[in-house]
Amino acid sequence: MNLPPEIILEAVLNGLLTGAVYGLVALGLTLVYGVLHIINFAHGALLTAAMYAAYVARTAFGVDPYVAALPLAGLFFGIGYLVQRLVIGPASRGKDENILLVTLGLSIVIENLMLAMFRSDTRSIDVPYAMDVVEFGPALLSWPRLVGFAATIAVGVALYVLMTFSATGKAIRAVAKERTGAALVGIDVAHIYAVTFGIGTACLAIAAALLLPSFYVSPRVGNAFVLVAFTIVVLGGMGSFIGAAVGGIIIGITEALGGLILGEQLGQIGISLIFILILLLKPTGLFGSRA
Amino acid sequence: MNRTTVLCALGLVAAVVFPLAAPNYLVNIGMLVFFVAFLGQSWNISGGFAGQTSFGHVVFFGTGAYTSTILQVTWGWNPWVAWPAAMLMGAIVGWGIAFLSFRAGLRGSYFALITLAFAEVFRILANSVPFTRGGLGMLIKSDPRPINFQFKDPIWLYYIALALCVVSLVVAWQLTRNRFGARLVAIRENEDAARALGIDVFAEKVRVLTLSGAMCAAGGTFYAQKYLYIDPSIAFGVDKSVEMLLVTMVGGAGTIFGPLIGSIALTTINEVTRGVASVVPALKNVQPLSLVVYGVMLVLIVARLPDGLTGLFRRKPRHA
Repeated sequence: MNLPPEIILEAVLNGLLTGAVYGLVALGLTLVYGVLHIINFAHGALLTAAMYAAYVARTAFGVDPYVAALPLAGLFFGIGYLVQRLVIGPASRGKDENILLVTLGLSIVIENLMLAMFRSDTRSIDVPYAMDVVEFGPALLSWPRLVGFAATIAVGVALYVLMTFSATGKAIRAVAKERTGAALVGIDVAHIYAVTFGIGTACLAIAAALLLPSFYVSPRVGNAFVLVAFTIVVLGGMGSFIGAAVGGIIIGITEALGGLILGEQLGQIGISLIFILILLLKPTGLFGSRA
Repeated sequence: MNRTTVLCALGLVAAVVFPLAAPNYLVNIGMLVFFVAFLGQSWNISGGFAGQTSFGHVVFFGTGAYTSTILQVTWGWNPWVAWPAAMLMGAIVGWGIAFLSFRAGLRGSYFALITLAFAEVFRILANSVPFTRGGLGMLIKSDPRPINFQFKDPIWLYYIALALCVVSLVVAWQLTRNRFGARLVAIRENEDAARALGIDVFAEKVRVLTLSGAMCAAGGTFYAQKYLYIDPSIAFGVDKSVEMLLVTMVGGAGTIFGPLIGSIALTTINEVTRGVASVVPALKNVQPLSLVVYGVMLVLIVARLPDGLTGLFRRKPRHA
């Protein structure tokens, strides 16, 4: 394998930038897992829905995805809140496998509603900066991905502040640690569950807005991200924020290098293999605490 | 002769007579009903009876389809001889995945996710290695003679699918009667308690996934012989995994007739939406809506009917 170092450097850097947005997708998943202890299989489908929302905002109303990010986050917070409160919570009756099946059912519903509305065509939006690059030493970095990287860090910091200092954040952490105790001191557990799910879904909306300028959208696009997001969460450790960020970056780089060395097709195998190996050898991941 | 025996005998007679009177497209639909019920039963044996929910059962289906097709196309085997070889490969893959996953102590959602990842690895490999011809897929030369496992009249594939379905029902029925099945149910209900009772939980789980893998692989070969074509996304795509899980969950996981009832229900919904779509031009894009209905049904069944549609027929709710 004779690859010039600047090509490898460029792949690593662009992988790092993409990985940060993956990290944002995974952040929502890991937050929901850490608090609700549920593996949300509908995460990918909700991401697809958010990408279509950003797509429609651009094509029907001419709103730039970066501008739409915050309003969409609000909208998807509401959607996530209602989905947890009205569907997942009541339907799963607290059983682990049930939740997985309910969220699978949800993902089938969302995915096929998208298919009925938008057909199976792949779509992308046309923004003037989609192809812009920034020179970084010998490497060229994609501008939308650089924005995605910065925004992910901003969201991560905001989430950290929210979880650490706000009353809601404290309530979320209390519920995550000790549900019964939290209920006893007067925390509305069902409400906190739904808020957490809402925050996780809002992260997806922001990730969708950041992804759209450089990724296409189709009804199945979430599937591609969901395994990546699960891998990141498992790699970083279920429920760990830092794990999601670090895992995201590792996966982003792995994907970029895998594609470079093994080719487009076989390169995708790295992510699934990491996923399997982590689950088999170290299920707590890099930063996980629980066995 | 109790009521169930009479009903089963009547059902079997009806299923045997049906294609003699029905038009070809109905025979085809009937064939699909039994075939999907068979695949669902293979999922049910490990996912329903033993409670090991898998999201990647298609890995066995694809292994079977590719094994028999490669043996046939590349090595010139007769498909009837390649069929047991495909089942053997399915059993080996089932054994391997079970051995690795259960040795690592994966349970519940984690097991479901790792099976999904295994299926993905197989899909990518099938897309990349030379002996599967990658994304082009593999064509089986059309030569409709019974010796080639290819038939001019769809009725023969119907009867083979029916036979597969009946065999799978007998396997499931045996699981409700023998000690192996009882141990699986004990593991499903409470793994730690089962272990405390002296059941070798690891060995039983490996055994059931090996059996399930072999059955599902047999379905893969059948599929390849029916359509004479497979490619990586057909053979290892997540859709088939979901289909197997869906028919079983909708019909009733861990019940003998669950997958068959689920398959009948979902095929009916599918054909009705297809019919509506073809009659009303304004609704010609509603086909995906049948899957929306499936998704809603899955959520409702998990929420309200843990025994699936089968639970509706039972007088007393049974919770073993």
